[in-house]
Amino acid sequence: MSTLAYTVSDSATMFRRNVRRLRRYPSLTLLLIGMPIVFLLLFVYVFGGQLGHGLGNQYLAGHSGRAGYLNYVTPGILLMTVAAAVQGTAIVVAMDMTGGIIDRFRTMAIARSAVLTGHVLASLIQALLSVGIVLGVAVALGFRPEAGVLDWLAAIGLVTLFAFALIWLATALGLAAKSVETASNTPMFLTFLPFLGSGFVLVASLPAGLRQFAHYQPFTPTTETLRGLLTGTPIGTNAIVAVAWCVAIALGSYLWARHLYATRRSA
Amino acid sequence: MTTTHQPAVVVAGLRKSYGETSVLDGVDLTVTEGTIFALLGPNGAGKTTIVRILSTLIRADSGDAEVAGHDVAEDQDGVRSSIGVTGQFSAVDELLTGRENLQLMADLNHLGRAAGRARVDELLDRFDLAEAAGKPASTYSGGMRRRLDLAMTLIGSPRVIFLDEPTTGLDPRARRQMWDDIRNLAAGGVTILLTTQYLDEADELADRIAVLDHGRIVAEGTPDELKRRTPGGHIRLRLADPQALRAAAALFPGATADEERLTLRVSGNGDIPSLRLVLAQLDDARIAVQDISIHSADLDDVFFAVTGQTTLGQEAA
Repeated sequence: MSTLAYTVSDSATMFRRNVRRLRRYPSLTLLLIGMPIVFLLLFVYVFGGQLGHGLGNQYLAGHSGRAGYLNYVTPGILLMTVAAAVQGTAIVVAMDMTGGIIDRFRTMAIARSAVLTGHVLASLIQALLSVGIVLGVAVALGFRPEAGVLDWLAAIGLVTLFAFALIWLATALGLAAKSVETASNTPMFLTFLPFLGSGFVLVASLPAGLRQFAHYQPFTPTTETLRGLLTGTPIGTNAIVAVAWCVAIALGSYLWARHLYATRRSA
Repeated sequence: MTTTHQPAVVVAGLRKSYGETSVLDGVDLTVTEGTIFALLGPNGAGKTTIVRILSTLIRADSGDAEVAGHDVAEDQDGVRSSIGVTGQFSAVDELLTGRENLQLMADLNHLGRAAGRARVDELLDRFDLAEAAGKPASTYSGGMRRRLDLAMTLIGSPRVIFLDEPTTGLDPRARRQMWDDIRNLAAGGVTILLTTQYLDEADELADRIAVLDHGRIVAEGTPDELKRRTPGGHIRLRLADPQALRAAAALFPGATADEERLTLRVSGNGDIPSLRLVLAQLDDARIAVQDISIHSADLDDVFFAVTGQTTLGQEAA
């Protein structure tokens, strides 16, 4: 076999290993998607009636306050789900790095990139499944997307790209962490970013400093694009900005992760 | 290609330090193909560092090292495809079953589907893991986990195996079993370099032993050579009272008496003829002995002689 064939084969082996681990340890995934579901219920049923009224007709589109707010908040919740799922990535990467098995892999003649590629691909499956489940919950609550086939494809593509970027970031954070406990905490800030953007309220309603931050952070254009694709609100330049953010985060994190993996030595 | 008794591992002038702390201070060693070589030393002597350098996990600051004919710095993939490593810390995937762990290794060794499965079954049987093959490794006992670890190391049929403290933390029975497994491997022609802080383990298993202390090899040879080089064989007598002790001490010039414990240490190599002689002399002098024990020079004495330390493993890492 050629080097490339070995790389593909080893990555596939590592992918299967990680998927198997996720299936054997479903409590981690369930725990991680619990948070966005709780936020979804909390914001729709507790705050939704009130918050919906503040959105204005452009977002309500004839719905009542609560139903309108469900439509508004779901895209933000879906991205929060991605942010929550990648905490799992950081945890499993750190588990590998602090355990003995990574030294075994390093002393074997296997493709260097296979270990991380396996983690990233398995995490991508985990993240997309999580998003699917949370979307299912939103639909059960009454979320009715108006997307056509192309919109759906674009939405899936966007979520996948966004997940890919955050997974590489979480992989790097998992590699950088000295312990599994640290690794489970460092990516947590990501789950708060939807609050500091257009995930839950209109950016225009935020106070000045926060509004600036919300305007320039990656979750806002991504949320706006996803919301536009699913519910038909205007997207504008948000799509380009969102994709640019994703590519930049993915590339930067990939390089960081690769550097950490090459230089870090385990205990 | 020459095949007869090439050295499997050659190390010359290996040095490694972390910051100001020198961990390896010029280590030379040669391991003949098909033999068991033990690196013996207390925690912090540099044993693990040598294994990590030879298994391509870290790089030496200077010096040369070759494993199975491949330079560890220049040809890492060549080294990696010839070696198997079982480290101090369990390197099994706890969430996977025993069989899945072995299958993972078979896949990473590119054995192919049928050959891989056959090899997995063979190793499960050989290491007495067939019954537990379907259970997650997290449920395994320490001994089973170590056997699984070793089986995973063997999947790719490595020619050189590094075992870093293979029996640390095992109960006596599991330890015996691991020793048998290691002996069987060597009998199959595999070269084994193991590290240990247990003298009896090195004595029991190794063809050659290098005693490592503070990053230097302070003695090297076969277990017998090392023991022969070291004085330490003696017969220890315990007597009923101080009077008997003094009488006995008078019989054996050069013997050391311990007045408090009422013991007398008589030098000698502790074999049967010298024991007979001692007993005969005591009989002639009508001195009753309460207890008698024989001590042949063991590696403890060797270690004491070369490092000035009495016990291994007591020194903090």
